Amino acid sequence: MNESSHLSPNQKAWRRFRRNRLALASTALLLTVVLLALIWPVFSHPRIAPLLPQAMTWPPVALTDAQFQPPGAAHWFGTDVHGRDLLSRVFFGARISLLVGVVGALVSLIIGVLWGAVAGYVGGRWDAVMMRFVDILYSLPSIVFVIVLIAVLEESFKQWLAHWFTAEAGAAANMLLLFVGLGAVSWLTMARIVRGQVLSLRTRSFVEASRALGASHARVVLKHILPNVYGVIITYLTLTVPAIILYESFLSYLGLGIQPPQASLGYLIADAADSMNPIRIYWWLIVFPGSILATTLLALNFLGDGLRDAWDPRTADE
Amino acid sequence: MPHFLKRLAFMVPLMLVISFLAFALIRVAPGGPFDKDRAPASPEIERALRARYHLDEPVWKQYVRYLGGMLRGDFGPSLKYRNHSVADIIAQGLPVSLSLGAMAFCFAVGVGLPLGFYTAARKGEWHEYAGSLFALIVICVPALVVGPILIMTFAIQWRWFPVALWESPWHAVLPMMTLGLYFAGRVARLMREGMLTTLHSEFIRTARAKGLSETAVLLRHAFRLAVLPVVSYSGPLLADLLTGSFVVENIFRIPGIGVFMVNSTLSRDYTMVVGLVVLYAALLLVLNLIVDLSYGVLDPRVKYE
Repeated sequence: MNESSHLSPNQKAWRRFRRNRLALASTALLLTVVLLALIWPVFSHPRIAPLLPQAMTWPPVALTDAQFQPPGAAHWFGTDVHGRDLLSRVFFGARISLLVGVVGALVSLIIGVLWGAVAGYVGGRWDAVMMRFVDILYSLPSIVFVIVLIAVLEESFKQWLAHWFTAEAGAAANMLLLFVGLGAVSWLTMARIVRGQVLSLRTRSFVEASRALGASHARVVLKHILPNVYGVIITYLTLTVPAIILYESFLSYLGLGIQPPQASLGYLIADAADSMNPIRIYWWLIVFPGSILATTLLALNFLGDGLRDAWDPRTADE
Repeated sequence: MPHFLKRLAFMVPLMLVISFLAFALIRVAPGGPFDKDRAPASPEIERALRARYHLDEPVWKQYVRYLGGMLRGDFGPSLKYRNHSVADIIAQGLPVSLSLGAMAFCFAVGVGLPLGFYTAARKGEWHEYAGSLFALIVICVPALVVGPILIMTFAIQWRWFPVALWESPWHAVLPMMTLGLYFAGRVARLMREGMLTTLHSEFIRTARAKGLSETAVLLRHAFRLAVLPVVSYSGPLLADLLTGSFVVENIFRIPGIGVFMVNSTLSRDYTMVVGLVVLYAALLLVLNLIVDLSYGVLDPRVKYE
């Protein structure tokens, strides 16, 4: 018995997490990127812009004559082929990349947790059928299905949205499809993990007690089983976000992701690769978006690893 | 052996389901393969074209026809690239994609295994930190950043390697590195973790107690068990190499099949899409099977019922 024995497993896990310096540092780094991406648009607001250096206040879409300027006092990250300021484009891009990553991961979370929890809780033949289905999807080349899904649904979804909502909603169809499509191919591992956990929790006495007291199945799953799985879920969620961001940048690179004038980090990199030529090297176009993307992915991966270490039952009693 | 046969037998219905899914999905898509060429084609021409490719039949009949052809190794004519069959295009592009994938695999294992092994053996020294840091950076910089950076430095600035295309062995170096670096990092980390856990186990203590040299302990005893996580990762690794090559083929303008996958989906080249999806799925299934079997060979404790 030690002094921490009164803590719940979740509290102990948080304690272990707070002691992991690498994970804390990446959390801070990640929060910085997220914060900058969130508040960047505010900088170009006419009331705030005069207070800041000019280099921080360029709007991301304003076209100028300053084509392919290397990084300097006026444009800290340089400019692109249309004279747009790369610094603000990078932060607007990070915003979209993060948004796609988080929403896509949430979609995968919902599908994965529901699927895994039902399969694990119901068990028996249904469990076998549902997990076999997951196995089948695992053996499919998922990027192919995302490509087919997006290409197939884009037009009809756009028309549907424009018909029922506004024309702008139609323009956002592409991004919504990305969320759904990327989430829809990333839930498999989540389902497997949740199912395994639920399967072992199902037979525990507190679940039986709750059933005996007359709780419904839905209540047992939501109130008693899922709260015990949430460490694992959060861990895997943080590892899904970078995977989806990477996926989106792949799709953008292939011309299937975010469409201009919107730009994700992947799109910026694709743009940079397009303007590559043997005469002059515009290194800033690729180095800056690339390093922001890499830093974000690195921080998310460290954070996920830290969470996993904290919640891993093998490290439970140090 | 029965396990192997069972797995092999399971692949048949699986391939049926996959081909049907791909077939159904691409047919649901709005638009058709003849929308974009010769813009206002007269209705007669359109009808004749559709009849030529049996697109006027009910979809289930087309699917059955397609399956019949597939069993004979005939994936049908491409609807977009006239006078080319899907099998032709695959036969041209697949060797390129496969050799790129194989080279990247060798690169990943060739760099990753020694790196992971070395960093685990030198635990606590600066070698370890340098090696681990390298593995980490490599994991977090995606191929679409690595590729252009490699081109800018080694092909444009220093002119050591060609910028793009697929002709001489020199052309393969940069694509191979672009595709393989990420996986080298993953392999290195897995190998390192495997070594670190293995070195804690009882049989290593026994081997040391017997008075074996450190090299023998590491190489002959620890390595064999520590490499298992890498082996089980190589299934997903090979799959990711296949799909990762989409981007790399795009960056270096390599005439593999990745390019066709994207283009044929966009241009509704029905036969091509289904052919490629089936091909990818089959490759994936076979590779996974091989990986599972090699797992049993390496680890004597693994038994299949």
